[in-house]
Amino acid sequence: MHPWVGAGLDDQRHILRLLGLESVDDLFTSIPAEVCVERLELPPAQDEDGLRKVFAATADANVVMDSLPCFLGAGVYRHVEPAVVDAVLSRAEFFTSYTPYQPEISQGTLQAIFEFQTLIGRLAGLPVANASLYDGATALVEAVLFSHRVLRGKRDLVVIAETVHPMYRKVLETYATAAGIEIVVVPPADDGRLDPEQVRAAAADRACCVVLQSPNFLGIIEDLPPLAEVAHDGGALAVQVVTEAVSLGLLAGGGDFGFDVVCGEAQSFGVAPGFGGPHLGFFACGENHMRQMPGRLVGETVDEEGSRAFCLTLSTREQHIRRAKATSNICTNQGLMALAATVWLEAVGGAGLRELAASCLARSEELKRRIADNGGPWRLAYPQSPTFNEFLLVGPGAGPDLVDRLAKENVLAGVPTATWGGSWSDGILVAVTERNSAADIDAFAAALEKLS
Amino acid sequence: MRRRAIRPEPLFFELNPRRVRRQGYALPVLDVPPIESSDVLPPELVRQPDPHVPDIGEMEVVQHFHRLSQLNYAVDEGLYPLGSCTMKYNPRINEQIARLPGFAAIHPLQPVAQIQGALRLIWELEESLKTITGMPGVTLQPAAGAHGELTGILMIRKALAARGDAREVVLVPDSAHGTNPASASFAGYRAVEIASNDDGTVDLDALDRMIDDTVAALMLTVPNTLGVFEHRIVEISKLVHDRGGLIYLDGANLNAFAGRSLPGLMGADAMHINLHKTFSTPHGGGGPGAGPVTVSKTLLPHLPVPRVVRVGDNFELLWDDPESIGPMRGFYGNFLILVRALTYIRGLGAEGLRTMSDVAVLYANLVRHRLADAYHLKYQAPSMHEVVFDDSLQARHGVHNTDIAKRLLDYGFHPPTMSFPLIVHGALMIEPTESVAPEEVEAFCGAMLAIAKEAEENPELVRSAPHDTPVRRVDEVRAARNLKVRWTPEE
Repeated sequence: MHPWVGAGLDDQRHILRLLGLESVDDLFTSIPAEVCVERLELPPAQDEDGLRKVFAATADANVVMDSLPCFLGAGVYRHVEPAVVDAVLSRAEFFTSYTPYQPEISQGTLQAIFEFQTLIGRLAGLPVANASLYDGATALVEAVLFSHRVLRGKRDLVVIAETVHPMYRKVLETYATAAGIEIVVVPPADDGRLDPEQVRAAAADRACCVVLQSPNFLGIIEDLPPLAEVAHDGGALAVQVVTEAVSLGLLAGGGDFGFDVVCGEAQSFGVAPGFGGPHLGFFACGENHMRQMPGRLVGETVDEEGSRAFCLTLSTREQHIRRAKATSNICTNQGLMALAATVWLEAVGGAGLRELAASCLARSEELKRRIADNGGPWRLAYPQSPTFNEFLLVGPGAGPDLVDRLAKENVLAGVPTATWGGSWSDGILVAVTERNSAADIDAFAAALEKLS
Repeated sequence: MRRRAIRPEPLFFELNPRRVRRQGYALPVLDVPPIESSDVLPPELVRQPDPHVPDIGEMEVVQHFHRLSQLNYAVDEGLYPLGSCTMKYNPRINEQIARLPGFAAIHPLQPVAQIQGALRLIWELEESLKTITGMPGVTLQPAAGAHGELTGILMIRKALAARGDAREVVLVPDSAHGTNPASASFAGYRAVEIASNDDGTVDLDALDRMIDDTVAALMLTVPNTLGVFEHRIVEISKLVHDRGGLIYLDGANLNAFAGRSLPGLMGADAMHINLHKTFSTPHGGGGPGAGPVTVSKTLLPHLPVPRVVRVGDNFELLWDDPESIGPMRGFYGNFLILVRALTYIRGLGAEGLRTMSDVAVLYANLVRHRLADAYHLKYQAPSMHEVVFDDSLQARHGVHNTDIAKRLLDYGFHPPTMSFPLIVHGALMIEPTESVAPEEVEAFCGAMLAIAKEAEENPELVRSAPHDTPVRRVDEVRAARNLKVRWTPEE
């Protein structure tokens, strides 16, 4: 007997009698004995109280971001958490349902996804957004494979900025090997931004796409219009990756500047950092390429009485219909996280998002100013380049060592770039959001001063 | 789910039509000097305010989503017998534990000394899944089953390349889930279908003819999508291995045999496990899932990085390994889903895991027993955790599986998986899972029997279903013809 198993022992015996069987073992006779075991070596079952104690002890062995002034980013950000988001996500109608294959009893999920698609599309500056992908890294991979398909597989080269999150680039390498796609990496110029002419030379009329991130891995905002232009001049698609989606509250999405794909990570929109997942990949493109798009898509239609209704659409692109020829193998995506982002964006509101992004910018500029004014050995790597809410701090020991020293001063200072290397000086990526108070900023500046 | 007609819920963009400035959330007070964005940002890159995205009050937000939620059917409402999806109960304790700040509010790139609990949890789940499958290695990275398939096939590719043995083909049975051939194809292989024999399992003679030195792997689902166990699995694995190929098991249906039988003993080289199926993590309206892949000794060196490594009582992260296929995604997996799965495994223990499979299989056989006279069963082999009927008896009255599905909605049940597997025309694939009370399974069977009777006596009633849902039958053809995938302001 177990609370999570609906039948008690008598129920089981009753059903066995009905089936004319002696023992439940009789139902398993098609499994050869040589692959069976008597019992697994797992710890014994625990009751709820026991589970709470054990897991609380494990959770307590971690340092919670909120416990100290926290400036960690590099693709995962701590933003406001309106209580309504978790309240909606906790509704069983949303979290215990599945992919809305039966539209008549799934209008809630379907309409929420339709709203998500619209919100993402408006932020990206592109008309079509899908229902979600696993995360930012795999969204980038899908964008590359998408570009490869759009150019009918005739161009096997991808040009990617070195300032795309290095973890994303590593993930792309994993997939590109199998797809026979060659990757050329373009390092940033001295100001941490891409030089369009260098991109043009690398693409050399052979690339299926040019991929860049803005704000880039170093926090710097790229000059999007000329970069879209050089991609198109060489016959390639232009792809913008975004890892800090809140930046779109203040910066126009690449679609406004001619980018063909805007994709990336939308964890910033109400999804918990959660040690790296589940997060929320997003993907937006133009109507002309909609049929090459990966992932699920919700469309508007009517029911037989003519009322507005929503359903999954263009499923002829998907694996359950197209099998080996599908545009992606994705099936289960990140539905509940897309719902979180939808609730978050609607609670924060259109003007609210702009204000929130402006708050990130103001706080980040304040910390930058304080560090520059400090005059200590640590400085901004690219003081002249525009950033949104993240920047690279360099100087003696600016890496895991300085992060540890600042942790001892009760500041979670940021993410060392040394994990991945790069053509830039190793340093610490410092992210500032609306959750960082003036007191947090004081604490960071004071700790740096103390260590100087 | 509400059943009566209600007023239609506007789209978010239709709320607050006068676009009055309202507030849904109060932001932290700006306690640093404000700045003009165009002073520090390139002005041409700054977004113009979007008048079409409104601001609404907190209660408006709550009502909007509350009303939308009431248009959904869910596991908590009643039986959700989607075959091969394992729509079991999602224990509430899992939800509580996954929301502990020590799990939800930690950053994946904190110094390892600050995240020892998280690394320990990953390690413990890895050990548990290795025990449950009898396989020596595992990665928790994949975000879903299909992602796990791709991860497994890429490892197979890497292992074969390391042997200097490039191969081109992955064999997939005609009963397989569509993700199997799609994953093989995304891993750079040609997916070739292999026909099933009369009992729905792999035809060993056909396999013998097809397996040559071009075949990298055979992808098999156990039990297969008919709910039938591949009883010659050991011979099949031996045949494939003898000719230099590897075995990929699709573990979507692990709920049928967890705690009784080990994929490691079946000869599996890689198997993905859908934590959102067997291990009770919520399906979330379409994810997030998690699709860990367990591997044999052959594939151990090729597991994705980063990996969690235990050093004495401490845990570290290994970011690079030239033998690895590389990372499959950002960070270490859908961690908060992993937390839920480990909670479930610890809550069940070894015995509970076995009871889980026992009752899942028992219920599927109860359904088979109850419906055997009313619905046609193409494959007679013993059923494990699911049973696949078809609509051939009802089709004589012009009632097809879609009609039966829509009529089930009126009876208050989610329909089975429809029209899959492809080898059963008009399929109705039923997986009750072990969670519900037997009375709920009986009530579902009662509804199915009533519909079979309606199909004979009043087929139009079934064909015009659903009658009692928030919207009537939805025009999916129109949605695909007149594509409208976003709200647009009226011209």
